[in-house]
This record gives sequence, C-alpha cells and structure tokens, in this order.
Amino acid sequence: MSTPRFALPQGRSRALGVLGAAALVGVAATVWLGLFVTPPDQFMGNLVRLLYIHPPMAWVAFLAYGIASLASLLYLWPRTRAEHFDRLAGASAEVGVVFTGLTLVSGSIWGRPTWGAWWVWDPLLTTTALLFVLYLGYLALRRVPGEFHVRARRSAIGALIAFIDVPIVYFSVEWWRSLHQAPTVLDPTTHKTYVHGSMAWTLLLGFVSFTLVYIWLMAHRYRLGKLEDLEDTEGLGAALAERRAEGEAA
Amino acid sequence: MAPAVRLHEAVALAGRFPLLAGASLEVSQGEVVHLRGPNGAGKTSLLKVLAGLLAVHSGEATVLGRDLVADRRWVRREVGMLGHQSFLYEELTVEENLRFAVRAARSSEAAIHPALEQFGFGGRLASMPVGRCSAGQQRRASLAVLVSRGTRLWLLDEPHAGLDQQGRDLLDELLAGSKAASRTVIFTSHEHERAEAIADRVIHLAGGRVVEPPEPSAQAALQGSAARASPTSPTSSGAPANPTSPTSSGAPASLASAGSPAGPATAVTEASAHVA
Amino acid sequence: MLRDAVLVAGKDLRIELRSRIGLNQVGPFAIAVLLLFGLALGPDRAVLAAASAGLFWVAVLLSTLLAVQRSYAIESADAARDGLRLSGLDPAGIFLGKAGAVAAQLLVLEAGLTAGVALLYGAHLSGGLVLIAACAAGTLGLAAVGTLYGVVASGLRTRETLLPLLFLPVVAPVLLAATKAWNAALAGTPGRAGGWLDVLVVFAVLYVAIGTVAFGPLLEDG
Repeated sequence: MSTPRFALPQGRSRALGVLGAAALVGVAATVWLGLFVTPPDQFMGNLVRLLYIHPPMAWVAFLAYGIASLASLLYLWPRTRAEHFDRLAGASAEVGVVFTGLTLVSGSIWGRPTWGAWWVWDPLLTTTALLFVLYLGYLALRRVPGEFHVRARRSAIGALIAFIDVPIVYFSVEWWRSLHQAPTVLDPTTHKTYVHGSMAWTLLLGFVSFTLVYIWLMAHRYRLGKLEDLEDTEGLGAALAERRAEGEAA
Repeated sequence: MAPAVRLHEAVALAGRFPLLAGASLEVSQGEVVHLRGPNGAGKTSLLKVLAGLLAVHSGEATVLGRDLVADRRWVRREVGMLGHQSFLYEELTVEENLRFAVRAARSSEAAIHPALEQFGFGGRLASMPVGRCSAGQQRRASLAVLVSRGTRLWLLDEPHAGLDQQGRDLLDELLAGSKAASRTVIFTSHEHERAEAIADRVIHLAGGRVVEPPEPSAQAALQGSAARASPTSPTSSGAPANPTSPTSSGAPASLASAGSPAGPATAVTEASAHVA
Repeated sequence: MLRDAVLVAGKDLRIELRSRIGLNQVGPFAIAVLLLFGLALGPDRAVLAAASAGLFWVAVLLSTLLAVQRSYAIESADAARDGLRLSGLDPAGIFLGKAGAVAAQLLVLEAGLTAGVALLYGAHLSGGLVLIAACAAGTLGLAAVGTLYGVVASGLRTRETLLPLLFLPVVAPVLLAATKAWNAALAGTPGRAGGWLDVLVVFAVLYVAIGTVAFGPLLEDG
C-alpha cells in the first residue's frame, strides 16, 4: 500500500504540550485563588467565588460560537474555501457545547442563592440556553452522512442559519426582561462595587486559563478531525480498487 | 460532430463508496445506447451523473457540450430522465402534471396535447389524478412528460418495466425515431432481446466502470466500430486489439493522463496492476 | 425566479386543495393542541385568557412543523430532492414558492386558531390590526426557516426528529416577539406592540433572504 501524500500531523507537538500544561496550571491557580486567597464579597459572601469561573466559561462558550460562525462563513466564501475551516467549525462547536453546558450549570448554581431560584429568565442565561440547543442541533446536522464537501457545506449553512439567530435572541430577551425589571447578570451597577484587587487578578487569570483550555481542546479535536478525514481519503483509494475488482470478477 | 455525451475516468461517490470508479465512454448525437451490466454495476449512477444529479468527484464529464464538473445544474433542463420512481404528483391529474413539467422546463405548452394523445390520455383519462391511475398508466404518463419536455438527451432507467404491451410498443417506436429526431438515448433494461433490437450500440458496465463485454463474439464488432468512432479516448471501452481480455486494459495509461489526484490514483494503479 | 416561485406555490396549493390534508389533519392537530393546553392549564379561564397569546403561538409553531413536513412529503417520496432538481426550476424560486405555500396554509390555520383561542380561552380579541400584522410577519419568518431546514431533513430517515430540533430553537425569537405583540393587542394597548412587530419583520426579511440564497446549495447536498 502506498504511503499517504500528506504527512501525518504530529500527535505530541511540543507547543501543544506546553499549552496544555499552562492551561492546567492556570485553571488550578484560578480555583485555588478563587477558593482560598480572595476575600468574600461584602454583598454576596462566598458566592462571589463562582465569579472566577462562570464568566470565563460563558466567554469561551460565546468565543467558540463566534469562531464556529466565522469558520463556517470562511468555508462558504469561495475564495477562502478550505477543508480546515469546516474542521475548525466542528471542533469549536463541540468544545463550545461543553462550555455552554458548564456555563448554564454554574449560572444556575449562582442563581439559586442569589435570586432564590435554580433558573431565572435572565437575558444572558436564556440566550446561553438557546445557544446550547442551537449547538446540539448543529452537531446533529454534522452527523448526517455524506461526502466531505457536501457535509461541510450543509453544516456551514446550518451554522449560519442558527448562529445568526443568537443576536436576535439576545436583544429580544433583553428587551423582554427589561420590561419586567428583573436582575441581570451583566447589570453594571452591581458589578462596579466588588471586583477589585486580588479579585480582579483572579478573574483575569480565569479568563486567560479557560481560553487556553479552549485552544488546547480545539487543537486536539481538530487534529482528530483531520485524522478522520485522512482515513476517509485513504479509504477512497482502496474503495476504488475494490469496486473495479468487482467488475473484473463479474 | 461533437459527442452528445463524453465521460473520461469519471468517479462518482456516495459518501465513501465509489458508485462510478473511473467510467469512460462516448455517445454520439442521435445514438440509441443500451447500457447493460449486472446489478450494482453502477448503471443508475451513470444515468444520474449524466442528468447532473450526481457530482463527478474526479475525471471529465461533458454532456451536450457542457462540462458537468463545472456546472451540473444547466444540464437538467436539457435532459429527460425516467427513473425507477415516477416524479409525478399523485394528487394532480395527468394533464396538470404535464403542464407543470413543461412550464418548469420552459418548453412550449403546445407539446402537451399531442403528448397526451400519443400515450392514450386523450379524453377523460387526462383529468384522472395520477394516484388513481394504474402502474402502467403512471409509467405512460411519465413517458408523456418526457416527450412533452422535448429534450435532446434521454436517460431511461428500465423504461420497459411496468409498461403493458401497448406501452412497450409505443416506447420502442419512440426510441426507433430518435435518430430522425436527433435525440440521444441511453437506457438500461433487463430485457435484452428487446433492447438489442432497438439499440444502435451496447455499453457494458461492471464495478463502476465501462468494461469489455463478457462474451467477445458479436459484441467485439460493435465495440470495434465504437472505438473507431471515438479515437481520442484511450479507454477500456475501445480496445479492438484484444476483445477477449475482460481486464481494465489501458487503465494505468488513462489514470496517468487523467487529471485525478496523485495519491489515491497511484495506489489504485498499483492495485489494479496486481489484479491484472 | 418569481415565475418559478409562483409555479411551485400554485402547484403546492393545488395539491393541498385536492388532498385537503391541511384541513383534515393539521387543523385538527392545532385544535387538539389548544384543547390539551386547556386541560393542562385550566379550567380557570382567567389563567388561560392571560396565556392565550403564548399558547396560540406555540400551537402555530408546532403546526408549522407539520405543514413543512407535508410540503416535502408531497414531492415524490424518497426522491423528493431529485424530482425538484430535475425539474430545472430555479432553486430560489422553489424556496419562495414552497415557503409561500406553507405560509398561506398557516395563515388560514391561524384564522381558525384565533377563533379557537377566543372560544376556548375567552381571549378578548382587540387590536385586530396588530394581531394580523404579527401573524403576517411571524408566519413568513416561520415558513422561511421551516422550508429551509425542511429541505435538509427531507431526504433523511431522521427527518421527523431532526427537523424539530433544528427549527424550534431558531424560531424562539418569533415566538417571543409574536406573543408579546399579541399580548399588547389583547390587553388593549396595541401601541406597545410596535417594537415587537419590528423584530418579527426583521426576522422574516432576514430569513427569507437567507433562504433564497441558501436553498440551492442545500437542495443539492444529498
């Protein structure tokens, strides 16, 4: 069997290893700082510690969404069409859906003591919940069988249809809530008072480390996707040979 | 005169499975070609490729002068296809179906009534909803749609199936008149005697490629004349030198000359060389 | 493109007139949904009346799914896509035609549902213009998204479960905005509905535009 034309992407690249280590250290540091070093908030008490992971996770959820949308757009645009954009979109969505789920859970945990309910129809939380379901729909669409380019194009269009909806959802829900004057996560008045000093640094560390986690997960998922597609291309040669042999045997 | 259909090492995929694994053939205008081969050989897939329904993954494909690889959609209005399932709307009458098909294809509506008459739908039957027609009548209705669209290339997948005797005779008459109407027809059929009687030529398909016929004898003469008519394609369908060898003769050469991606192609060359 | 759209819409509507599936099946389905909501939330008519806008639009959303599935079912069974592609029709035209036919059927359905909601929940119908405007814009948006996702799902064995999963989250803003607009109208303050109607119009325009462009490629794939 002939060797593939493409070089196999290196599994254990140095840079990726360093990145992974940094991400791990960052997250561990955030958790430690958040739990033990930073002071409790004057209003929220210990609950504020969730602040160090919840917004970062939400940030990653929406970052992943943005990247998946951008990659889909780039794939559809003829001049920039390339396989890696489709793989990027898929990888980003998979990582994104996980972080979206985590955001919802952490948001819910925060909400319970704060607002007395496991769930409130806060604009950001509601938009995140909808994003979660949109991600699931997109991933289901990606699983529909087909040739690479067929599936890629279909998924990219599906992504855009779904993701272009998110801003509309956000503004609609925000307006809906503003009519009822309910508390919101991003309410600037409540935020101004408490994030300062070690809390600010921890929060920043949280954002940075979760972003690193995202990049690290993406890199690995992307590599996996590339290997899967490589296997398909390889398979084509063998499949062609088999098919022709069918004809000769007949 | 340019050929109506020309394929060169065309590969068509369904996911990972190659429906066509490098098919090469040429059909001239006005020719009636019988496409035959065992089940699963790719006959329906070949027709679908020519109708612009199936994408050509690699290789060349030209239908009615237009490159299929570049633009599959144009060809659909120029081609008439009869598949296994009818593309008729059951709730609409035969006449309404014809009218819709003709308008969609931007053909002249004047062709509707003659077509209805020709296939026995003159009078009351034309206002019968297709769903209530018998299978044979539905088949004839599909033929009527085909005729009324007035396309230059017909792709028929087992057209005789489901037709009654009268319908079959009608169909044969139509096919016989193709040359005069400068209409190219490619059809598949398991009724070999009938097919042979009306076809100008037979093309054999197996394993997703056009192959030499299994029985040399009379086929060789037909293949030979076909090869002489298309000197430009160094493919397996034209190999007058050795009509008895059913192998993929000329395959390595044509693989090298076709613009297919180097990777899998070289793998296949080695594989088929081993097979041969 | 428009010529093809009219042709396709006409064909779809004629088929509906003949088969009357919309009348015989989707309509009763929608009524059943209203009744079930009544059972779930009633019998206190005050609660139902307050919720009628939302319940109305949920019923419309669910009926859209059925209408879209039906729109693709009338194309020749499994070869739905092939038949449409072979016809030589302009894909954008096919999209507009199919979406238009679905929208038309939904509007008729909504008229019936409005009566149902007034009857069953005691909703006090006022602000008619707003009600109608919301229906028009909302239905257009629903039909566009449904037709677009419908073509993706049409060839698949998982179509019955995939279509709702894809469709419902995306049209959430329509549900929200239409319900709010209706609430404003039913509460006797139709002026408050302005912004919500804008949302509906923007949504409809956006997705009709996307559909016109995206339908062709989606029709091809598969």
